[in-house]
Order: sequence, then C-alpha cells, then structure tokens
Amino acid sequence: MPLKIGVPRETAAGEKRVATVPEVVEKLIKLGFTVAVESSAGDAANFSDDTYRAAGAEIIEGAAKLWAASDIVFKVSVPTTEEVGLMREGGHLIGFIWPAQNPELMQQLAAKKATVLAIDCLPRMLSRAQKMDALTSQAGVAGYRAVIEAANAFGRFFNGQITAAGKVPPAKVFIAGAGVAGLAAIGTAAGLGAIVRANDTRAEVADQVKSLGGEFVKVEFEEEGSGGGGYAKVMSEGFQQAQREMYAKQAKEVDIIITTALIPGKPAPKLITAEMVQSMKPGSVIVDMAAERGGNCELTEPGQAVVKHGVTIVGYSDLNSRLAKQSSTLYATNLFRLSEELCKTKDGIINVNMDDDAIRGLTVIKDGAVTWPAPAPKLPAAPAKPAAAKAAPAPAHGHGGGGAPASGGKTAVIFGVAALLFLFIGAYAPAAFLGHFTVFVLACFVGYMVVWNVTPALHTPLMSVTNAISSIIAIGALVQIAPPLMGSDVARPDDWIRWLAVAGIALTAVNMFGGFAVTQRMLAMFRK
Amino acid sequence: MSASLATVSYIGATILFILSLGGLSSPESSRRGNLYGMIGMTLAVLATVFGPRVTMAGIPWIIVAMVVGGSVGIYASRVVKMTQMPELVALMHSLVGLAACLVGFANYIDPAAAVGLTSAEKAIHEIEIYIGILIGAVTFSGSIIAFGKLSGKIGGKPLLLPARHWLNLAGLLVVIWFGGVFLHAETISSGMIALTVMTVIALLFGIHMVMAIGGADMPVVVSMLNSYSGWAAAATGFMLNNDLLIVTGALVGSSGAILSYIMCRAMNRNFISVIAGGFGTGGGTVVAPSGDAQPTGEVVAVSAAETAELLREARNVIIVPGYGMAVAQAQHTVYEITQHLREKGVNVRFGIHPVAGRMPGHMNVLLAEAKVPYDIVLEMDELNEDFPDTDVAMVIGANDIVNPAAQDDPNSPIAGMPVLEVWKAKTSIVMKRSMASGYAGVDNPLFYKENNRMLFGDAKKMLEEVFVALKS
Repeated sequence: MPLKIGVPRETAAGEKRVATVPEVVEKLIKLGFTVAVESSAGDAANFSDDTYRAAGAEIIEGAAKLWAASDIVFKVSVPTTEEVGLMREGGHLIGFIWPAQNPELMQQLAAKKATVLAIDCLPRMLSRAQKMDALTSQAGVAGYRAVIEAANAFGRFFNGQITAAGKVPPAKVFIAGAGVAGLAAIGTAAGLGAIVRANDTRAEVADQVKSLGGEFVKVEFEEEGSGGGGYAKVMSEGFQQAQREMYAKQAKEVDIIITTALIPGKPAPKLITAEMVQSMKPGSVIVDMAAERGGNCELTEPGQAVVKHGVTIVGYSDLNSRLAKQSSTLYATNLFRLSEELCKTKDGIINVNMDDDAIRGLTVIKDGAVTWPAPAPKLPAAPAKPAAAKAAPAPAHGHGGGGAPASGGKTAVIFGVAALLFLFIGAYAPAAFLGHFTVFVLACFVGYMVVWNVTPALHTPLMSVTNAISSIIAIGALVQIAPPLMGSDVARPDDWIRWLAVAGIALTAVNMFGGFAVTQRMLAMFRK
Repeated sequence: MSASLATVSYIGATILFILSLGGLSSPESSRRGNLYGMIGMTLAVLATVFGPRVTMAGIPWIIVAMVVGGSVGIYASRVVKMTQMPELVALMHSLVGLAACLVGFANYIDPAAAVGLTSAEKAIHEIEIYIGILIGAVTFSGSIIAFGKLSGKIGGKPLLLPARHWLNLAGLLVVIWFGGVFLHAETISSGMIALTVMTVIALLFGIHMVMAIGGADMPVVVSMLNSYSGWAAAATGFMLNNDLLIVTGALVGSSGAILSYIMCRAMNRNFISVIAGGFGTGGGTVVAPSGDAQPTGEVVAVSAAETAELLREARNVIIVPGYGMAVAQAQHTVYEITQHLREKGVNVRFGIHPVAGRMPGHMNVLLAEAKVPYDIVLEMDELNEDFPDTDVAMVIGANDIVNPAAQDDPNSPIAGMPVLEVWKAKTSIVMKRSMASGYAGVDNPLFYKENNRMLFGDAKKMLEEVFVALKS
C-alpha cells in the first residue's frame, strides 16, 4: 500500500514557501507515493492548485482533513502546537524542527508516536547528503536576496559605467562571513558588477571567495577559525581586536555591507558597531542576515529596514519568503532527494534505515522515541588546514629546451662512458669507418635538435613520416639488385640476391608510398 | 649518372629529410614538410636507380617491386581509419625491420660486397651485417606483436615468463657467442648457420620483449619500435658504406628515442622499467584496493539530459579525450557538440595528455579528423592551470590520465605521473562504460569526488543523446 505524502499550507506568519512544487510532485509519484496538497498551499509562492492537480496531486480542502489523510507530512517551517494536534498517531513528519530550540515541540511529537526527520539536523559533512541539504539551498537563496535588498535600498548602480552623462563609480560591497549565504551574495554582487570584498575567520574559504569574483580580506592575526562541521568558532580576544580594526577600515571605504556571521548555538557575533555605522557614507546599506539571531550589527532591528545615521540597515528575517518560488523549488527538490533515500525500492514505502549515517542524523524521533542528538558521524570533515598541496608534478617541459638537465654525477658518468667508447673505436676502427661514424654521430644530434621542435600535436604524423623516411633502406636493396660486375671471378648467387632484393624493395615501397600518403592525409585534416 | 652526381643528390635528399622533420614544428608548415620528405625520397631513389651501382638489367625488377609495394601502401593509407593509425604504424615498422634483415642477408651472401677489404675492414663489415640483421629482426617481430596487441588480436595483458630477465640475458650471451663464430667463419655457408641462429633468437627476443609490456605502455613501445627501425636503417648504411642511409637512420632513430622519452616522462616511468615490462593489465577489473586506499564517497550518475543541462549553463568547458573516444569512434559527435556550444559562445577547449590513446599524438589526429580546429586543442601543460576557472570538465573514455591519486597518494602505482587536474573544475563529468579501472589497474578516486558526475554508457551513443538534448 503506497504511502500518501501530505503538504499543508504553511501557517507561520510571513511564511510564503511551500514544501513541494508541481514539478517535484510528478517525481514523487514516480517513486510510488501518492501526493495530497492542501488547497491554496502554493498560492503565496505562485503555484496554483490547478498546477498541482495537473501534476497528479490530490487537492484537499482544509488543514485538518489533510493532516488526517497523510502518512507523511512535508513541511517548511517549524510546526505549531495546533498542527501537531492535527497529526495522525504514528505518522511521519519531515521539515525544519530545530530540536535544540524547541524541546516542547519534541515532546509533543514524541507523544504522538511520530517519526520525525529534521532537515536541519542533516550531517552536512557527508558528501552524499549534499543533495538533501536544505540549509544550504535556503541559505543560497537568502544570500542572493540579500544583495537584491541591498540594491533596492542603495541609491546607485552596482557596476561602474562611463556614460555621456558622466562617470559612475562601481559600488563597493563588503561581505562578512563566506558561508553558503555569503558566497551566494559574493557571486550575485560580483555578477551585478560591484567590487566585492569578503572576510571569514576560516582561512580555507579564501579560494572560494576568489573563485566567485570576490577579493578576500585577511585579518592580520594568525589563528585558525574552523570550528569543525564547516562552521566558524568563537575567536580569541587578540583576533577579535584585529578583526574590529579591519571592519572599521572597511566600513569607511565600502558602500554596502552584508553580514552573514553565525556561530552554532550562540547569539550572532556583533561585528558592526554603532561607530562603524556612523563612519559609513550617507546612503550606504547594511543587510544583516543574522538579524533573527540578534544581528551582526548593533543597530539592527530584526524584521525591519531602518535608517540610522543615514545608513539603511535591513534586518529582514524572511529573505527566503521574499523569493518564495525559488526557495520552495529548491526545498522541494531537497525533500525529494531525501524521499529517494528513504524509498530505495521505488514502491512508495519508506524505510527509515538507522544504519545509514545521513538518515540517522536526520531522524530526531523514531516511533515516538527521541533519538536526537545523533552520535557524531564517523566521517570527519576534511582537515581544515591540509598539508600544503603537493608540489606540482614534473616541471613544465617545454619542447625545444631539450631534456631535463641531468645531475652532475650522472653527466660525468655519461661523458666517461662516451670517452671510453670513442677511445676504443679510435684505436681499432679503420679510417673509412670513422668517416661514416662522424656522419652518424652528427646526424643523431641534428635529429635530436630537430625533433624537439616538433609540436606534440603532430607526434603521430611525425611517426608516420619518419616511418616513410626509414624506407630509405630501399636503397640498400636497390644497389644489390643488379650491380655492375666488379670483375671478381667469385660465383655470385645472383638469383638469391635478386629475390631478396626484390622482396626488400617491395616491402619498403609499401612504407614509402603508404607512409607519405597517410601522413599527407593526416596533415590535411589539421585546420585552424 | 656519375658517382659524384649520385652523392650530391644524396646530400640534397639528406637536407630535404631534415627540413621535412623540421616542418612538423607547426601544423602550418607540416604539409610542406611532408612534401620535402617526398621530394627527398624521390631524389634518393632516382639517384640510386640511375646511379653507377644499378645496371639496366635491374630496372624491370625494380619497377615491378615498386609498383606492387607502392600500390599496397597507397591502398592501405587510403582505407585505414584514423583510430587504427597505431596499428598501421606498428605494421609499417615491421616492414622496415624485415627489409633490413633481407638486405643484410643479401649483402652477406654477395661476395662482391667484401671484395678488396682488409681483414679489419672485413671484420667491421661483418659486424655491421650482424648488428643490422639483429636490430632488423627485433624490430620486425616486436612490431608484429605490437600490431597484434594494438588491434586486439593479442590480449593487452603483459606476458610474464618466469625468470624472463635471465632468458633475455641468456639470449644476449648466445647472440654474442654466435657473433664470434660468425666472424671466424671460413665460408659463407658456415657463417650462415650462425647468422640464422642469431636471427631466430632476435625474433624471439622481439616477441618476448613486446609481449611483456602492458597495454598502458603501448605509446612507449610504438615510439621505441619507431626508433629501432631508424637504427636498423643506420646499421644498413654502415654495412653498405652509404651515408644517406646512416643520416636518415640516425634522424629516425633519434626521433623515436625522443618520443619514447617524452612518453615515459608523461607517465613518470623509467624507460628501463617500461622495457622490463610487467606494468598494467589488459583487463578491466578493479585490483583489490589495499585497505585504507579505498576511495570514500558516492558515485553520482547522471543522464545525458542532465549532462546537456550542465554543458548548456557552462561558460568554460574543457574536454579531455582518451582511448575510449577512439574505441567508440566518438570524435565526430564530440565535434558536433563542440561546434554547437561554441556557437552559443561557450569557450570549449580540449586538453590532451601526452599518453592519451595508444600512440604519441593519437588524440590530436582523431580530433583533426573530426575537423576540430587545432588552436582549441591544447596540451596538458598549456591548460592544466585553467581547471579552477572551468565550469565543466568532460572526460571521454579516459581514466588514468585524470586520476588524482597520482598526486595525492604516494603509494599509488601511478604516483608522480603528471595528470590533468579535472577535479579542480566546478563540475567534472566522466563518460565511461563501467566503473572498471583503467589500463594501469588503479581505482580512480575522481569518480567519488563530490563535484564529479558519471555518465555511463558507450561514449558515442551517450554523446549523441547529449547532442540531441542540447539542441532541443
């Protein structure tokens, strides 16, 4: 009997997201589930009931009926007490729970004998869990929206322009904290043409900042700030001092500051003081993405945009709902990937496999028993400070430069052997041989010099042309086929020699004609 | 034609051959280079035929032999597929080796060749014959085996006889001993026995040598045999007192030697260890990884449609082709995709590892055949630093040359081999038939990286699907 997934309308104030979208409904049905959606659940995110119906979902009027009909409920925001009350005994719930902050909710859910998967408890360092990482997908959307909010409140262009009406300098944006949201903000701001700078206590993100077009501003103080699990930790007093100085300096220079700094389980660090805000140019903008957790700026008022000292301070905590369609689509996909993991048999029956690291981490209540917090996953994060990347292998080898220089000792040995060899040849070989030997040695060097200049792209034609040229051995056969009589009276086995020579000529002729022809054919293909 | 005129023509031919190789320094001048080679060869042959050493009685024979051999050669060059180039080249090497043997034997049984030589000169002449036939025979049998391996008629697995180094050493000693016998032989027929025994041993040695070399090392073998065919020609030149042969042989020999050196370095392998053989399997089974070396993570498979999606959204794409592209004959489809993407303004380039394929430059020829402009086909060193700025790196049928273990894992059999750093791209897509390991028999941690996607299936079929999805 396939299970029914129910998607209620979100009831939290200001929440515009919805836990699944029509596109994903189709995929869920392919997994074997049936899907029910509460009437007008997707309205705020621009998904009408009709589109859900077209995707194969059943539309149910009223939350009570939906909760009662569903085996599994997909939600976005933390469920309210009323919603838990509607929940079916022994049902499944997937969504944001934040068990540490909501102990009462946990108790209520446990009393319902529910199985609850908290998407916020996903072990994020597990690489295969990334496709289900809703925190990341939502933070990315929020980072994008933060830049859009900043642009909205900012009175100028982001990109520099030189127009007939005068020159416009580019906006300077400073982003504090280069996590997922910060990186998304960097990419978005850089995309709009601003000059972007960013800072993070974790030095290893510098490359990521640069890769998105930002400039990494370092705090002039040596301390590693990676607190494990991809989060930052609280830093020492000395570091904080240096960091404040750097922020103060940036505040005077930039037009826009976007702060994203969060430390797990603690209020957001106060990075931007009132004096810093005062020192900013009038018309500047601060977007405080940590507003919900107290804010990174002292003057932030959570949930509102205020103007203080001529600076607009945006403290919205609903950035995701301000981009509800995008947030919902990504979130729905995260939940779909999770459903795939739960239902590997594709028959619409889920299996909460507690031996699976990812599922174990997500499951905060199993059949009414609280299983949160999960033991730390066995897999540690990559070491924060990896040993300096191994030296690049093999120095770049230009051709034409000859081979790598051999070590001194090796060279001496080679020269010694060569000298002995030459001594031997000089002592015993007749004069006629030496003439040929000279030619041979010089030709080897000419060949060496010439061939190093051949571009690697033409190595195959080089082989086929040298092949054709080596059929010069035909000359050896040619001179034997019918030489003029040398006046010797020794009986010459003419027939034998002739047949050997004819065979030799025929064989080399294959090479001679074939080699040049195939080289020609290949070279004709190389074109610009 | 007088002897001096013939010699001058030989000098002209020598210069033309050098210019011919020099012309290959860039694709623009290469066609002219090939033309120089043809003119040089024609000049050399005509100067010989009409020179003092050939009488009119030989001309009909020469014409018949040339016509027969030439038509076979031209026919072969017309019908050969570009993917079969390594086989053709190996086969042609064997012909040079065989011809060197025949010329050596003919020279030995020709009493006129040794008339008027002092005893020291005669000894040297005989050594030249002996060495010429030796190299020729090794080249011949070795190339035949290489041809068999390349065309799949013989398995790629190295054949490792017990005590194979001792066998080779014993063979060498026997060859030297018979060399002594040969030098002291009173009559031609008694010398013939020593010569024949040596030839048989040389043939066996050539077979044994190439049989012991694994499939991964084929580019080295092919270039090494290329070198041998040159040395065989040079030895024949010494035997016949012919400077043209010596020079040409030396040119070819050093060219092949340099190629072997480049190939060895590209695999971070010692030339001696390649020749000693035993590396790389011909099969496709994963060698049981040693405990901790097991790559962790999950392999993420994608469909052709998703691949097309990734490509469509990319701005910088690097395609890394390997032998799998050659096997599947996928180069034309690759180019159609390339062209489509380039029209959309995507910067598509090709990254070629020196040992991609089965002979030096193999991939370049295949891409050229598919009309890929050569200025977007770059060497490993030219674009290896660009991977971090690349959105999609698409690996088509290559494995060992993109294996991060070569850099990260000092215990890997391919540690230290220069590789294309595709894992530094934002996304890498590996097209492969299965999860089997490459020729080196090493598991590839790339497949388990987070930003890697696998597209399983025959390269050509999958690429065609990708192309259809791209166009729609």
